[in-house]
Amino acid sequence: MRFLFKTDYEDDIRLFPHSGYVVSYGLLLAVLLIAPYLLSSYLMSQLVFVCIYATVGVALLILTGFTGQASLGHAAFLAIGAYTAAYLQKYNVPFPVYFLAAGLLTGCIGALVGFPALRLQGIYLVIATISFAFIVEEILARWESVTNGNEGLRVKALSLLGVTVSRDSPTFYFLCLAVLVLTIVGTLNLLRSPTGRAFVAIRDSETAARSMGVNVALYKVKSFAISAAITGFAGVLFAHKLSFISPEMFTLQLSIEFIIVILIGGTFSLHGAVLGAIFIVMIDPFLTYLKDDLPGIIAGVAATFGAGSATAGNIQSKVAAFASLNGLKGAIYGIIIMLFVLFEPLGIYGRWLKIKLFFQLFPLYKRSTFKRQKIYVKSERNR
Amino acid sequence: MSYFRAENLSLHFGGLKAVDAVSFAVEQGEILSIIGPNGAGKSSIFNLISRIYRPTSGRIFFEDRDITEEPPYDIARLGIARTFQNIELFENATVLSNLLVGRHRHSATQLWQELLFLPSVRAGEKVHRRRVEQVIEFLDLEPYRDKLISGLPYGVRKVIELARALCSEPRLILLDEPSSGLNVEETDDMSFWIRDMKSELGITVLMVEHDMSLVNRVSDRVIALNYGRVLAMGTPAEVQQHPDVVAAYLGA
Amino acid sequence: MLDFVQQLVSGVALGCVYGLIALGFVLVYKATEVVNFAQGDLMMLGGFFAFTFIGMMGLNYWIGFAGAVAAMALFGMLAERIVVRPILGYPQFSIIMATIGLGYFLRSVAGMIWGTDDFKIETPFSQGVLRVGSLVLAHDKLSVIAATVILCTLLWLFFNKTTLGTAMRASSENMLAAYYMGIPVKRVVSIVWAISAAVATCAGVLLAPITFIHSNVGLVLGLKAFPAAVLGGFGSIPGAVVGGVLIGVIESMAGFYLAEGWKDVAPYIVLLAVLLLKPEGLFGLHARKKV
Repeated sequence: MRFLFKTDYEDDIRLFPHSGYVVSYGLLLAVLLIAPYLLSSYLMSQLVFVCIYATVGVALLILTGFTGQASLGHAAFLAIGAYTAAYLQKYNVPFPVYFLAAGLLTGCIGALVGFPALRLQGIYLVIATISFAFIVEEILARWESVTNGNEGLRVKALSLLGVTVSRDSPTFYFLCLAVLVLTIVGTLNLLRSPTGRAFVAIRDSETAARSMGVNVALYKVKSFAISAAITGFAGVLFAHKLSFISPEMFTLQLSIEFIIVILIGGTFSLHGAVLGAIFIVMIDPFLTYLKDDLPGIIAGVAATFGAGSATAGNIQSKVAAFASLNGLKGAIYGIIIMLFVLFEPLGIYGRWLKIKLFFQLFPLYKRSTFKRQKIYVKSERNR
Repeated sequence: MSYFRAENLSLHFGGLKAVDAVSFAVEQGEILSIIGPNGAGKSSIFNLISRIYRPTSGRIFFEDRDITEEPPYDIARLGIARTFQNIELFENATVLSNLLVGRHRHSATQLWQELLFLPSVRAGEKVHRRRVEQVIEFLDLEPYRDKLISGLPYGVRKVIELARALCSEPRLILLDEPSSGLNVEETDDMSFWIRDMKSELGITVLMVEHDMSLVNRVSDRVIALNYGRVLAMGTPAEVQQHPDVVAAYLGA
Repeated sequence: MLDFVQQLVSGVALGCVYGLIALGFVLVYKATEVVNFAQGDLMMLGGFFAFTFIGMMGLNYWIGFAGAVAAMALFGMLAERIVVRPILGYPQFSIIMATIGLGYFLRSVAGMIWGTDDFKIETPFSQGVLRVGSLVLAHDKLSVIAATVILCTLLWLFFNKTTLGTAMRASSENMLAAYYMGIPVKRVVSIVWAISAAVATCAGVLLAPITFIHSNVGLVLGLKAFPAAVLGGFGSIPGAVVGGVLIGVIESMAGFYLAEGWKDVAPYIVLLAVLLLKPEGLFGLHARKKV
């Protein structure tokens, strides 16, 4: 186990507490940079989605994880970013300009949503954000002069410095990765400065935050605006990646997926957003794999255990029928969410920390280190 | 003019008069205790000063400035810090970041500067950190610096609340039952700290307290309340012998 | 004018269904401070149970109805035991996510079992109409309104006049204190879930003549019932029904008098407006933490 002896106030401020972090994150970045030359084009495409989802995850973490304001309306922010990009692109606005404009506009709308949200708590806030998302969805479907209604909008490949960047090219992946890394660094910077601490203070006790001089309303609006702006940036990339956008892509379902990203990843650390994004994006190829290969594998296992070829074939077709049942994905989704909330409330990153601690303390690790105290008396109705 | 003044302060919840035309003044550099039975309106007065409640009538002055209409977050900016009866710490943060939130009123950096963590932000952080370290040393909190609040015992949390208030470098501090839930030794420590706050840091103290031995040890003056009204005001000895106070406590 | 009354009645009928689902939200929330996002899906499942009993097994309507309610009450207890009880006392956000997960699961499983087609339950009130002057009111709509009134009265009596109801109100105020006072809080919570699933089933069965039952109906209607509960103050039983009726009427009026597209968003716009003016809903209590 490594003990950190702090000798300078810098030790508490710097992003990487010790050299081990520099090495491991450096390695990770190196792997990510050579990934396009190693992975198949399908996996690369999934990796781009991981970057986009992780960016939204970080945005949601700022709002929900650190400021404590739940939102089930982030799909709407993503939509606003995407549509701004698509609309401005039609008028030959260059990419950097509409990229920034999308973020700025989404940020402003986020701030506008933040204002009514000031007076709302918990469940009321959740329903307000859902309502907001519904209204945005309906506007996108009806404001046909701008959004082309339910027909949707085509998004051309983006051009950067006169070069056309196709959505499958490594350059596009690097762009998404850069946006994600910048978002993470910016968020970390925020968290180690007064604004980030004010966010956390609001999450844990608004009364105390106020009595320490935090203008709670202002910081909530700031949190909404930052979160929305980041989601808007991600929306631009999302639009380019899909090359076609329509209102039914930005439904409540998507907002819930974003929440699942941070819930499964872990709501207390930025690692959670990335891990959760990997999980959510990779579950699709994983399920496809199950559908295609699992029946064969199970039949093979059955055959090795002495089942006749007829029985094995029978098993294979039954499993295949089950695996291709409609809605299996939804059921698995549901089960995964419930299992995480029930057994791994700290998410994947929490599990990683536990494993790490287990080896560091071996054999002294005890499970209760991470045990959460249940609060039966503290009502969230009065805050 | 007094340093801090409440004039005819009232707080009514419907028919209930939690605070009823209370007037008092605090002189600069003194320790004034408010005592009284449960429900006498002591904490309500604090909540009025820190603007958690809006007074039904009456005015509050601090350093010759009417602060009755100031928004709650500006009270801290004016130099008034407070602690809470039932501990309101930021549970899922470390002691250090709790204390750094106390520095909030001194931070002057803009959002965009913080996103880039410009040198000005870094310099500001170091100043905050140094101030926090002074408070940590003053209150002997060194062992807990990097601990999460949620794992700390009650007595330590109480001290951290005090520390967080001190980090904002207040000129007036409001202590809401600083000794409740503390054992004898912890209460002793608390009384030393309260006196040191006055003598070393020059902070004026207004405190609500039940423990009469603590009140007697530290207070310069005492106000006794009952049913939202002032019963008596004076030195600790005078107030304790006041017939109305005796009656209120003994229920006679 | 005639159109108006006609729209009003169908709005109220639809609103009663919303109100009944919202009632389920409120019951569970009041007792355990859990917001059950799967409430609409419980309703969907109740509808499917009733469909299985009545449409597929050919039982009498009332027997099938009662069977579905009983089965769903058990199911509600089961869901509470498995999904909710282990995480009671955790932050609200976790619990909401767990119920969202439960909803996903129920929707998909219902889709697997009953398919994704629309189903209709034949009811004794499917055909008849009531004529008042030139006004034509369908029996199915009136039956929903009547059933809602009856159910609400029963629930109100239950909560205010019986010991069990008092115990439930006590544990909703403060679970720990109720437990210390000798109230078996776990059992109370379990019963609350049973009741709320039963109420949801009533909503599902009554709904069947108005709309079809399909695996996503719970999501669609749940998302309308949710604003209803919020509008009513999310802790108030009459509030839930009033909120539901309001949402239903707004929806049906907007659908009739305003341009296409308003129908779906109008309830949410009204909701946002109400929340802006009264953040705790129309009937909510404004409680604040003591410091």
